Order: sequence, then C-alpha cells, then structure tokens
Amino acid sequence: MSEPSVDISLTRVFWITLRRDLLLAYRRRNDLISPLMFFLMVATLFPLGVSPEPEFLSQVAAGVVWVAALLATLLSMDSLFRSDFDDGSLEQMLLSPQPLALLVLAKVVAHWTVSGLPLTILAPLLGVMLYLPGEGMSALIFSLLLGTPTLSLIGAIGAALTVGLRKGGVLITLLVLPLYIPVLIFGTGAVQAASTGLPIGGYLAILGAILALGVVLTPLAVAAGLRISVSN
Amino acid sequence: MSTPLLEANNLFCERDERVLFEQLSFTLNAGEILQVEGPNGSGKTTLLRILAGLSTAFEGELSWKGEPMSDVRDDFRASMLYFGHLPGVKATLTAEENLRWYCAVHPLTRIEGVHEALAKVGLRGYEDVPCHSLSAGQNRRVSLARLYFSEAPLWVLDEPFTAIDKRGVAEKEALIAAHAAKGGSVILTTHHELAIRDNVRQLALGGEIPR
Repeated sequence: MSEPSVDISLTRVFWITLRRDLLLAYRRRNDLISPLMFFLMVATLFPLGVSPEPEFLSQVAAGVVWVAALLATLLSMDSLFRSDFDDGSLEQMLLSPQPLALLVLAKVVAHWTVSGLPLTILAPLLGVMLYLPGEGMSALIFSLLLGTPTLSLIGAIGAALTVGLRKGGVLITLLVLPLYIPVLIFGTGAVQAASTGLPIGGYLAILGAILALGVVLTPLAVAAGLRISVSN
Repeated sequence: MSTPLLEANNLFCERDERVLFEQLSFTLNAGEILQVEGPNGSGKTTLLRILAGLSTAFEGELSWKGEPMSDVRDDFRASMLYFGHLPGVKATLTAEENLRWYCAVHPLTRIEGVHEALAKVGLRGYEDVPCHSLSAGQNRRVSLARLYFSEAPLWVLDEPFTAIDKRGVAEKEALIAAHAAKGGSVILTTHHELAIRDNVRQLALGGEIPR
C-alpha cells in the first residue's frame, strides 16, 4: 500500500468545492428565490404600512434596506449544511483529510454568491423605491458588499451548531442576531453618513476589518461546530 | 511482531445511561477483516463511528499504526474509506459528479477509475442521471462504487449490503476479500452471513463482551 500523501493542492480543493456548491444551488434554483422575494416584499410593504412620504422614507431607507438584507440572509442560513447533513455528505467532508475550515469557507463563499450578492445587486432598486438620496447609493452598495459576506460567515456558525437539531431555525436566529448587530450599525451608519455628505471611509474600514476577521476566524468556529453536531 | 494498523484499548461508551460496551479492546492488522456482530441496538454503528472519528462520545484509547489517534488524525483520515448508513450522495448531482467530488477531496483515489467503478456496480448508462431519480439501492451502489477506485488501506463499512441485490452482495464480498488479500483491512458490520473465510475475525457486541 502506498503511503498517503496529501498532495492535492488546497486551492484546487477550494475551487472544486465552491464549484460543486454553486452547481448544487443552480440545480435547486427555485430555493434561492424566497430570500430575494422576502427582501423585495419588505421594501415594498414598508411604505404601505408606515408612510409613503418621500421625506420620511428617505430618512429610514438605509435602515430598512439593511434590516431586510440581514433578515433575508438569516432566512437562508438554515439550509447551508442541512442537505449535506441529511444525505451524509457532511460525514464524508468531515472524514476527508482536507482542512475542514477550507471546505467550510468554500461553502460559505458559494452561499454568499447565491444569496448576499443578489441582495447587494437588488439593493439600489430598493433604495430608489424608498427615496434613498442619490449620494447614499454607492455607500449602500459598498456597505452591503462588505457586510453581507460577514453575515453569511457569522450565520454559518449558527447553522453549524444547529444542523443536528430537527428544528434549528429559531435557535439560529437567537444565536446569530446579537452578532449581526455591529455589522448592521456600521452598515447603516455608512449609508446615513453618505446621505448627509459625510465621509464614509471609516465605516467601510470597520466593516472591512470585521470581514477580514470573519474570513480568518469563523471557518474554524464553523468546523468545530460541525464536528460537535455530527458527533451526537 | 509488527504494530497493528488499528488498535482500540479499553473502549467504553454509554448512550442514554445504557452501557453499549466497556473494556472493549481489539487490534486490526493489515490484511484482516473484522466483522462486528451483535443484535440491533448493540452499538455496532456507534463503534464504527467512533473508530472512524465521527463520534467523540467515548472513553478509551485508539491508536493508528502504533501512534495515538489524536497525533495522526490527518494520516488516518487519508487512509480510511467510510461507508455509513447515509450514502453521502447528493440527490441533485449525477453519480459521476458525486464520485468526482469525493476523489477531489480524498487523495488516495484514482479519479480515472470513476467510470469503470460505476460500470462495475451496474450503473453503466446512469453516469449522467441525477441521483434523485435513482432507486435507494442504486444510490447505495453509487456510494459503494468508491470501493473500486479507492486505494485507502482501511475500509470501515457499516451495513454495506443493505438494499443490495444478491449478485451485488457476492461481488462486494469478492472485492472485500481481494482488498484483504492485497494487504488492506476492513471493519464491517452486517447481518448477512459472510461467505469469506480467510482472515475474518468476529467481534461480538451486546451481552457477550470479551473480557
């Protein structure tokens, strides 16, 4: 028997896993629509429920778009590891000699590509619907571009810890929402600053820093969470 | 005497305050087949999950090639093929896509053997069919096809013959015997009478724990 050699390059493992998950998402593309629909619904119903006044809406637009994006992400988190857990692919992932954190990162990147990225692309449309001042538009896009990956990464920790439970949805929300708050504060802060003509560099820098920290640390936490969930 | 491939020392596991096994010690050498036996609920699957490293809810020591398992975890994972109750097959991917991904993350596999392996498990012509349109038995065959292109020295197989027809079982048994003859080791659970006679040892769980 030959000696085991882990000579498959890690970059290749990352890309192959990313491609596999994107393919899986593409084959089940109907499932991707519901978070986006939710995102659109909130922004459409909000003026009807509160007030259609342009002055009022332009003040709250940043907050509404950000909260809707955050909740839409949260809504999609439960499915991240669910099907892998149910069909045993997760066991095979855990038993592969590749670093689990890397596989997890690839899965989260794929998840963000099909959830956070479409949300970010749709956001300007919602901004216009809610009379977001023109100056705030680019801040909205950039803050979501930096913020939604962080939301996916943090949400993955909750998804990993609750995947072994039959009804994990509510628990994820409780675990993850407190950790989402800083992202929400700096995200909306950036848009509001931009709308009033203030510089947004500081806000984006903090969002970027949180993202950098998240990319490095959350995959390790997710990997540990998955091992616990599968162990029981 | 050479060091055994896998050694379990004084394993203890309880589930819901019921002791599944205690003081369980055994060794597995290269070229051996260990058949874990016992009635339903005696802890066969639990033992296999512990050995594979999926479950940590146990006491005792495991060693791999003479080294404590915690030190050589990656080497062990690369050297093992695990077949569990869940086939690990994604319903929306085709059989071939499933196996190719497995090859991509497991170094001791021959990716060029995927096609041939699918043909050998009787799935020729089904390579490009999404697995959700295959039957339960065919899904397990997709997962079992890994045995044909894996070069992992240790196979851990939990009920590999469930939902497999008679001819398939005979072929898998021949494959397991050939693997052992080449110096590979197999740990398996099955309720089926194994036709293999050489190098097979039995480990009984539930009631008759060897002391």
